[in-house]
Amino acid sequence: MIQISNMCKIYEMGENSIYALNNVSLHIFKHEFVAIVGPSGSGKSTLMNMLGCLDVPTTGNYVLDGHEVSKLNDSQLAEIRNKKIGFIFQGFNLLKKLTAIENVELPLIYQGIGHKERHRRSVEALEMVGLGDRIYHTPNELSGGQQQRVAIARALVSDPPLILADEPTGNLDTKSGTEIMKTLHELHKKGNTIVLITHDNNIAAQAQRIIKIQDGMITEDKEAV
Amino acid sequence: MGFFQAYKMALKSISGNKVRSFLTMLGVIIGVGSVITAVAFAQGSTKSITDSIEGLGSNLISINITGRNSNRNITYDELKTFADGNSNDISMIAPVVNGSMTLKAGTKSRNSTVIGTSEEYEYIRSRHVQSGRFILSFDNDYKLKTAVIGTAVANDLFEGQNPVGQTLKINGQVFKVVGILQQIDGGQDSSSDDQVIIPVTVAQRLSKNSRISNFTVQAADADTVDTAMAKLNVYLTGIYGSTDAFTVTNQAQMLSTLNSITDTLMVVLGGIAAISLIVGGIGIMNIMLVSVTERTREIGIRKAIGAKRKNIMIQFLIEAVMITGIGGALGILIGLFCIRFIIGGFNITTPVYSPFWMMLSFGISLGVGVIFGMFPAYKAARLNPIEALRFE
Repeated sequence: MIQISNMCKIYEMGENSIYALNNVSLHIFKHEFVAIVGPSGSGKSTLMNMLGCLDVPTTGNYVLDGHEVSKLNDSQLAEIRNKKIGFIFQGFNLLKKLTAIENVELPLIYQGIGHKERHRRSVEALEMVGLGDRIYHTPNELSGGQQQRVAIARALVSDPPLILADEPTGNLDTKSGTEIMKTLHELHKKGNTIVLITHDNNIAAQAQRIIKIQDGMITEDKEAV
Repeated sequence: MGFFQAYKMALKSISGNKVRSFLTMLGVIIGVGSVITAVAFAQGSTKSITDSIEGLGSNLISINITGRNSNRNITYDELKTFADGNSNDISMIAPVVNGSMTLKAGTKSRNSTVIGTSEEYEYIRSRHVQSGRFILSFDNDYKLKTAVIGTAVANDLFEGQNPVGQTLKINGQVFKVVGILQQIDGGQDSSSDDQVIIPVTVAQRLSKNSRISNFTVQAADADTVDTAMAKLNVYLTGIYGSTDAFTVTNQAQMLSTLNSITDTLMVVLGGIAAISLIVGGIGIMNIMLVSVTERTREIGIRKAIGAKRKNIMIQFLIEAVMITGIGGALGILIGLFCIRFIIGGFNITTPVYSPFWMMLSFGISLGVGVIFGMFPAYKAARLNPIEALRFE
């Protein structure tokens, strides 16, 4: 599903070269629930940008769902992001002026899917995360947990092979956080591949497999107990 | 992503910020509105002048004596003798001395054009009387203070009375009204109806200027206009020694002079329009750039979930074009309003509604949107999604 080999990301800072990722190799299989953990500055954000096809590595290869993405151009990357990846962000990243359903519809709009099917699939996704009765609310009218569930619905709606969650509970209180984790577990049970990025060991412990990263290198890769 | 979807997005974004969108449009609104008003005004005035020149008839020749570099002064009698000697080409000639003077009758007064001329003027210019008589040769011979008045003058100064036989003061001198001119167009009084015709000999005295600088000539027929003009030119050159001292023009030349003035006017108007639309366009670019910065995060989100550069570019471009398009349409409405209620309301001239200029200025405003929306849209499309997502 995800096959990363010898990936490096180097940032040039004046005279110095900073290795944000140093020779990282990683395999993630279909239907896995993986947590990537590491303190800030460890390179986990860079790894997440690579996994999310928001950036391309300096060297190394990245095969996502059978596509070699490390050499793609901007527009091809956008298409991969659109079809293969569902993003869930720490800050929800919903468009404030749009209603819940309009937010969820966005990935489908960029796929060029017609209005009727878009609406049907978006309602379905919102019902799946338990917001079937809130589809015409704007983000400001929803609680943090509800907003994050709208974001999850948006990530789900185009049925991507990979769901990438970057600190999904970071901005939420414990109760809402627990609910979001429950939703992610349900998605995993339904067969989605989930990669969760966090600095919180308790959250990471809920995954099947934990990958620890430090100074741009993978230091530990183990099954969760 | 279809264009329809992009339109919906743009409309949402414009209506979500109504005051700002309106202020952004204002440059285009004013630009388009003023162009349409100015064009209607210019074309309206041009049309009324063209109509009055065309109404003179194609046999008409006009002589203007400037007398430059010469002390010689040609008289009406000399020209008349010359015309009589060339009666195959020239059928009639009349002097024209005109000026704006104050008219008074009883307690009422007004300023009107007073024309001093001879009896031939009636036939050359087709200015016939509806009652009374025109100026006759003995009025000139005996310098009689007689006046033929236009309908506008009659209606204003002699409201409800028959003016013929009454008296009228022109610049303080007492004149006897001997006739009323026919109305030019029937219905409304035009500027040609706001005239008083008096004997030329009297007019010369009234204006304290013995020189007659204008003559109006009728060629024998349309085919002899050129011959008549040539003969007049030769004759006048013989008298003044050079062609600088006078001009001889016919109707076609007057029209072409007018056309060149109109063309210049249109170029000036076009220039003003172009400048105001460019200024409006710069305003739009400015606001769009601010809007791109403000919406950096939105752009980042859209890119993260799969918007291509092309999608973002189209979204912002359509937004800019929509702003200028709506601005252009409002500008046309405001222009029509100004034409109807300002030009029309104050009766300055009869405006000409020009669909061509309306379409053109609307088209240009769309073009302004494309041109000035391009750079902000390009900037938005080039944003790096990672940095854009981090933007607060």
